[in-house]
This record gives sequence, structure tokens and C-alpha cells, in this order.
Amino acid sequence: MQRSIDTQLFEWPSGDPHLIGSECRSCGVVSFPRQASCPRCSGSDIGLRRLGNVGQLWTWTTQEFAPKSPPYAVTPFTPFQLGYVELPGEVIIESRILGDRAALQIGLAMELTFVPLFTDANGDEVICFAFRPLGKSS
Amino acid sequence: MSSAVSIIGIGIHPFGRTPQRSGLEQGVVAARAALADAGISWKDVQYAFGGSSSAGNADTMVSRLGLTGLPFINVANGCATGGSALLGAYMALSSGQADVALAVGFDKHEPGAFAVDPCEWGLGNWYGESGLALTTQFFALKLKRYMHEFGITDDSLVRVAVKAFANGALNPNAWRRTALGFEDIARSPMLNDPLRKYMFCSPAEGAVALVLANAAAVRKFGGKAITLRAAAIRTRNFGSFEVFSPSLALQRAPSPSVMASRAAYEMAGVGPEDVDVAQLQDTESGAEIMHMAENGFCQDGEQEALLSAGATTIQGRLPVNTDGGCLANGEPIGASGLRQVHELCLQLRGDAGARQVPKPPRIGYSHVYGAPGVSAVTILGV
Repeated sequence: MQRSIDTQLFEWPSGDPHLIGSECRSCGVVSFPRQASCPRCSGSDIGLRRLGNVGQLWTWTTQEFAPKSPPYAVTPFTPFQLGYVELPGEVIIESRILGDRAALQIGLAMELTFVPLFTDANGDEVICFAFRPLGKSS
Repeated sequence: MSSAVSIIGIGIHPFGRTPQRSGLEQGVVAARAALADAGISWKDVQYAFGGSSSAGNADTMVSRLGLTGLPFINVANGCATGGSALLGAYMALSSGQADVALAVGFDKHEPGAFAVDPCEWGLGNWYGESGLALTTQFFALKLKRYMHEFGITDDSLVRVAVKAFANGALNPNAWRRTALGFEDIARSPMLNDPLRKYMFCSPAEGAVALVLANAAAVRKFGGKAITLRAAAIRTRNFGSFEVFSPSLALQRAPSPSVMASRAAYEMAGVGPEDVDVAQLQDTESGAEIMHMAENGFCQDGEQEALLSAGATTIQGRLPVNTDGGCLANGEPIGASGLRQVHELCLQLRGDAGARQVPKPPRIGYSHVYGAPGVSAVTILGV
């Protein structure tokens, strides 16, 4: 079986999965993950928002030493990339970043994808969101 | 500040690793040293504020120092714990609650990067499970963007670390007292691109205590009083880029360091051009570079030329992290902020020994930053 790493974060399973954030109906600010009040205006009139799937790499780095476990759940450790992706007009999302490191640069066009990250104690494959360079579906 | 508050005693337990002594015991050593430096006894202290992140409750040290019944407030405010304890002591004195107060910070951490429980930071377990709950990543992510926007090079990151270990070699209380060469740092293993092993501080141990006094107590006890001209703490604004953020707003806002800095300058009635020596949070070498601008000491991007010219060395125009900073002293969370103030007091007294800033400094500045987006700034004067 596959399961989402957190059912609040994105639609899963879905034929066309998106990240799900929240939007303040008073001031329009978009948050991710969803939250029940607005970090800008403190308002509590909040709705869910299906976020866009493409954006630009805003910043990135690498993780080259093993994070402490717990909380890190992926074993064995292999280095990975992470960063922030700006979804135009919405919000900037922190995410694992896939793709060739040498090609990563700020401003690169990115798209949402989903990856199996680890297998949990029940033997279920845990799915997490990630972003990869746009059009590099390999 | 409306009512003058001074630091009349300082004490430090050496930073690094002290296996035979608990963090709390290191705090007691620092407190006794501060009392001796002030020339007072524990019963003269009327109020105390203290804290650690991983080494227990500060107020339990009364069983070692003496059960005098004084009010003792435990402080837990991440990397701003020391700054918060200092602010508490300042408020107790300036409000007339006490004439003499103690601020103490200590810690003792396991080796390796800090283990983070995402739930303590209001985040879901997914954040830690997927490998995003590391403070080191944030520093690299913020730095990578900053270098891109303002033309800071990898060489500048190395220069900050070279300076830190050179200063640490002059500091008998520092953990890392061996100077490292440019190539040693530039070729050390990459941890979070662009940051390498010797550009990061490490969790460690240590303790610092300060005795603060109002004007009446300064007259009574005499001694080498350093005036606390400002103490300010600020948290996040909407739109600032902070550690442990699963998302960021599209709009950018000044960091808590910028806001705390402005408040402190206003409180002290001085500007960055008046500062003679500064201690800026250098969790990694990029943080020191960004914090130079956030605290008003230069424009964004000017650090490249300043570092090339050696402006922040002990002999430079604005010496920064003269005791080796977090890079050479390590990071005992509860103690780091007070270590900075301890160093400023030594510099302003002219007692900093081999690392004394040559032109006698009159205004000192300290700054800490920590999760989840809190900054504390103090300005001292003689």
C-alpha cells in the first residue's frame, strides 16, 4: 500500500494531485500547510486552496550529512537536495528538490511531483511531494 | 534607557567540552566568578534570571549558591535565552524591583547537529521525517539566496571562518584555539551547499553570568561598571525568512534582527557608525555576513569588499566576534548570547588581553538570532 506522509498536505491518491494550502478570505494571503488563521491579518475566515503545480526555484541547498533519526525516517541516508519554489501569485514552498545538481540555479522552472520516500513500520510506502526541473520527467 | 543599568560583574566557564561537570555546575562556576568580579556576595543579589536549552532548570542552582529566597525566573527562549535573561534583569532593575540582579546562561549539548522535534515548533511530523527539520539547511538556504542577490562569493565565507579561528586562538576560554588556514576551510567537507564543515559552529557546552546593578548599587559597590545602553528583542514580521518555515510569503519583510537592531539603536541614542566592537551571531560564516548588514554596519553586498580588506579583524575598522564567536566557541544555546556581552565587557574595560581591540572601544554591540525567528540586541557603553 501507498500512503501520504501527511494527508493535510496534498491530494492522494489522485489522478491530478496538487498541494493544498489555505487562503485568507480577508487579505488573500496563501499559507502552506493549511492553517486556521491568517499569519498576516490574524483573521479566521479561511478557505482551502489548491496550489499551482509549477514555479521557479527561489533558493536551494544540499543535505550531505545524515539528519538525526528520529525524526528523519529515510534509511539508509543518501545526500539529497532541498529548496524553496515560488508558485507565482501564491506562496513560496519548501520542498525536496530532484534533478541534476549541476543544473540547479535560482530562477529555474520547476514542477510538482511525488516520490516514495520510505517504508513505514506497517510496510506501507510513504509518499511525499517534491519539485523537479520542468519537463525533466525522468 | 530611562534608568541607568550597569554590568558590574562578569563570569565565564570555559566553552567546549567539560565531561566532569554538568551544565548546571558550569553555570554555578560562572555565577561565582561574576559575583567575585563584582566584589559582592550571593546574598547581595535580589533578582535572578537564567536558562538553558538542554541542561536543566537554572533556578535549581540556588541550592549551590545559597538559599536566600530571591525571586529566580527560568528563561527558555532558544538562542535568545541569554539575551532574554539579560532583558529580564534589566527590567527588574529599571522598574525598581531590585538594585542588583544576576543573568546566567549555560548549556551542555550532545555532539552533532541539534535533534529537532517538529511538534515543538508547531510543525507536523512529516517535516522531520522528510529531512527538512535542520537549522543548518535554513542558514544555507538563506545564504544561497543572499549570495545570488548581492554578489557574495565563497571566498568571503572562508574569510569569516579564518578570522573566527584566528581570534579563538587568542581566547583562553574558547573551544577551538587553533588557527585554520584558508585552504583548510575551503577544502573541508561540504555539509549544506555552500557551507562547509569549518564554516559551521557546533553544539557545545559552557556558561556565562553577569551581575547587573542600578545607579545606587553601582555607587555602593563601585567597581568597573559598563553601562547597558540598550537591550531589545524582536520576533518575526509577516514576510521575513526564518528557520523552520514550510512556506514563505511572496512579500519580503525586515528580519527580527533588523527590527531589534533599530530598536536598540533608538534606545541607546547611537547609530552603527558609533560602534567600536561588535559580536554578531555567527552560527555559520554566512550568518555573520548577512548580520553585518541586518545590524546596520554596511549595505547588502558591501561585505565582500570589507572582508577582503580585513575590516572585521581585531585590527580592522569594525572588529566583529573578537572572541572567535560561535565558530570558535561552539554553541551552548543558553550561554552564547551572554558570552557576547561578556566579551564586550572585557573589550570595553580594556581587559581582553591578546585579542584587545587596539583603539580603546567605547561602544559595544551584541546580536543573537535563533529559531523560530527571534533576535536580541544589546548595546553597551563606557
